[in-house]
Amino acid sequence: MSGRNFAAIIFFAIFGIFLLFGALMMHPFGEFDEEHYPEMDQYIIDNTQEETGADNGVTSVVFDYRGFDTLGEATVLFTAVAGVILVFRRLKK
Amino acid sequence: MSGMSRIVKTITNVAFPFVMIYGLYVIAHGHLTPGGGFQGGAVVASGLAMILVAYGSIWVVGKIKEKQLSVLESLGAIGFIGLAFIGIILLFFYSNYEGSFFKNFLIGQDTIPIFNEIGKGLANINTAGVLPFMNFAVGLKVIAGLFTIVLVMAYATRIKEGK
Repeated sequence: MSGRNFAAIIFFAIFGIFLLFGALMMHPFGEFDEEHYPEMDQYIIDNTQEETGADNGVTSVVFDYRGFDTLGEATVLFTAVAGVILVFRRLKK
Repeated sequence: MSGMSRIVKTITNVAFPFVMIYGLYVIAHGHLTPGGGFQGGAVVASGLAMILVAYGSIWVVGKIKEKQLSVLESLGAIGFIGLAFIGIILLFFYSNYEGSFFKNFLIGQDTIPIFNEIGKGLANINTAGVLPFMNFAVGLKVIAGLFTIVLVMAYATRIKEGK
């Protein structure tokens, strides 16, 4: 067995252990938990119409509360377009 | 890729306006109904891709150039970032205005009363401050970006299909 395969197996084992622990520590679906109460979800549901005027809570999060994230998404799209044009420019001629 | 048969072109001509109207509706009502700039832009770009498949990339490239599309995409990006920066720029003109990057400056502040009147009320098309404008900017960007990708790919592989 080469060193590269060995390193890949070790990495995969560590990754699998992390996934297993993550699945075991997840709290049950739909269960109300005082300790891990999702304050931010409740805040957005309560205040989105007042603060942003939008009926669609998802849009108010995407464009108002987390607008910076949407800027990153737009940058990803721009990079994808630039990469495709760069790759296919040679074939066009 | 050359154009397809007359049947496909006729069906495309019938279906194209409905696809366009649905996509633009999703963009324009992004702050009221499910959807938004990204989703509606993808719908409109799918309609344009349908035109591209039915009529062939050579016909489409004769109608619209890739540079015009990149101008459209840049307009969308500049509009989006410009709207985000207006939230900061207003700080220089109003001393008691609480602004930041991506501040929704049309609603939720009492410093500029004219702006605050626009976004009042619920379930109307002119609510939510700058969110509809941001949806339009992102929608323009997604339409131009996705159609540029499809057009460049289709036009680059036209040699193998035979002109």
